[in-house]
Amino acid sequence: MTGEVSRQTVITVKKRRPLETLLYAVILVVSIGVVGLTAFLIVYILIQGIPAISVKFLTTAENPILKTVGIFPSIVNTLYMVLFTLLISVPLGVGGAIYLNEYAKNRRLVGAIEFATETLSGIPSILYGVFGYVFFCVLLRLNVSLIAGVLTLSIMVLPILMRTTQETLKAVPQSYREGALGMGATKWHLIRTILLPCSLKGILTGVILSIGRMVSESAALLLVAGGSAMYMPRGNLFEQMSHSGSTLSVELYRYAMSRGDNKTAFGIAAILIIIVIALNLLTRFLAGRLNR
Amino acid sequence: MKGNTEIQKLRTEDLHLYYGDVHALKGINMDVHSRCITALIGPSGCGKSTFLKTLNRMNDTIPSVKITGKVILDGEDVYGKNVDVTVLRKKVGMVFQSPNPFPMSIYDNIAYGPRVHGQKRRHELDEIVERSLTSAAIWDEVKDRLKKPALGLSGGQQQRLCIARCLATQPEILLMDEPTSALDPISTSKIEELIYDLKKEYSIVIVTHNMQQAARVSDYTAFFLLGELIEYDTTNAIFSSPKVQQTENYITGRFG
Repeated sequence: MTGEVSRQTVITVKKRRPLETLLYAVILVVSIGVVGLTAFLIVYILIQGIPAISVKFLTTAENPILKTVGIFPSIVNTLYMVLFTLLISVPLGVGGAIYLNEYAKNRRLVGAIEFATETLSGIPSILYGVFGYVFFCVLLRLNVSLIAGVLTLSIMVLPILMRTTQETLKAVPQSYREGALGMGATKWHLIRTILLPCSLKGILTGVILSIGRMVSESAALLLVAGGSAMYMPRGNLFEQMSHSGSTLSVELYRYAMSRGDNKTAFGIAAILIIIVIALNLLTRFLAGRLNR
Repeated sequence: MKGNTEIQKLRTEDLHLYYGDVHALKGINMDVHSRCITALIGPSGCGKSTFLKTLNRMNDTIPSVKITGKVILDGEDVYGKNVDVTVLRKKVGMVFQSPNPFPMSIYDNIAYGPRVHGQKRRHELDEIVERSLTSAAIWDEVKDRLKKPALGLSGGQQQRLCIARCLATQPEILLMDEPTSALDPISTSKIEELIYDLKKEYSIVIVTHNMQQAARVSDYTAFFLLGELIEYDTTNAIFSSPKVQQTENYITGRFG
């Protein structure tokens, strides 16, 4: 009995572990910093921007004679850009990722393409702008137009969509593929019923990142889609898309840099943030719908 | 042995398989009898799983694989020119080592195979689902939660679900690749009972690492070693009087 007692270890002694505590504190401070900074940025922009926003601001074009400011054309241009760019790039990006991950047999070729897409997603957007100008505007004679902007943005976000989709496809367990193929499912059936539903979340992440990239793009679009949005949109969709026009970010740059009109610039910034949040929520909602 | 158990269902002739330069199966000649359980035993890497997968062409997806020889199923060559792999795999179903239910409801898991093969009518799918789950002895456990995700089931239930999913396409042969190796003893014995019941209707080929399992459930046993079929006979004969020394060494655990 006494022998057993001497072997008992007392567990109510709390040891101090200074390194553990320090690391915890560091992580805590950094996390609060990141969240705080983001929140501050959003709140600051909204506070600075909301006074500039009015019904007139949102629903008219700029009028230099009456000296009124309005960003309606830019809002329309931005939404067109996002919509049409996604219509082009999502099928291509997702399709490309499916091909690379599920069909392509040549591992070295796949590796080379992966390396290329990674590099492409890292190069400065102005290079896309120059390429887009030379290829779409000049060579394909699309001129400086929204359509040239859409095409340029499409190749710009393609690598993002491909990479994110591919990563989620890689994460789908191999046993699902074996199971489905083992029951006689064709590859396309497997993709449609299992792989795409499983990778919806990843595709969604790619779409949200892409929207962010499109909405924030200014340099490349200045070159290929033009830098002014003075006129209300006119004519049918095709005519509108063939015109030049600036998105909100380009407009923001113009007001802040060449006119020094910070009030309007903040107003546009606030609208941009609201649009991005709204688009992200919409994407989530649609994906949720699709999942059912 | 009853007379009908001697009917030949499947036969391989001089079957060779290469993974790139590795000669993984070396001239396998083997018969699988109708409505019997055939166990494939042998140490890891001996080719038994590879052999199993050649029977419904699951090795097709691996680019470096090369196969020569024949797999004759009811008189037709599985590797013949006009074979529809989809139909082949409907006829020769497969259950995998670890349970792999799809991330969907129990119902949709079972209906997956029939839907692959074009069954869309709700009423018939309902029937197939109930029949398959009943055959796999899991209907009573899941009948009230058919719409719940299959991934919420326990490991043993998941494996029976996968067997049910396989039965739903009405196969004639069931290939099982170590179906109980990831399960606890109770789940294992349930699955063994199930396999034993299933042989009334299906021809079953099962890969197992478990000697007792092979002895308990199978009618025939094939012993593989280093890509070769060393000995193939009735399970009784293999376990009571093996003709080859290597077989005896392996089944008595003196392998070396």
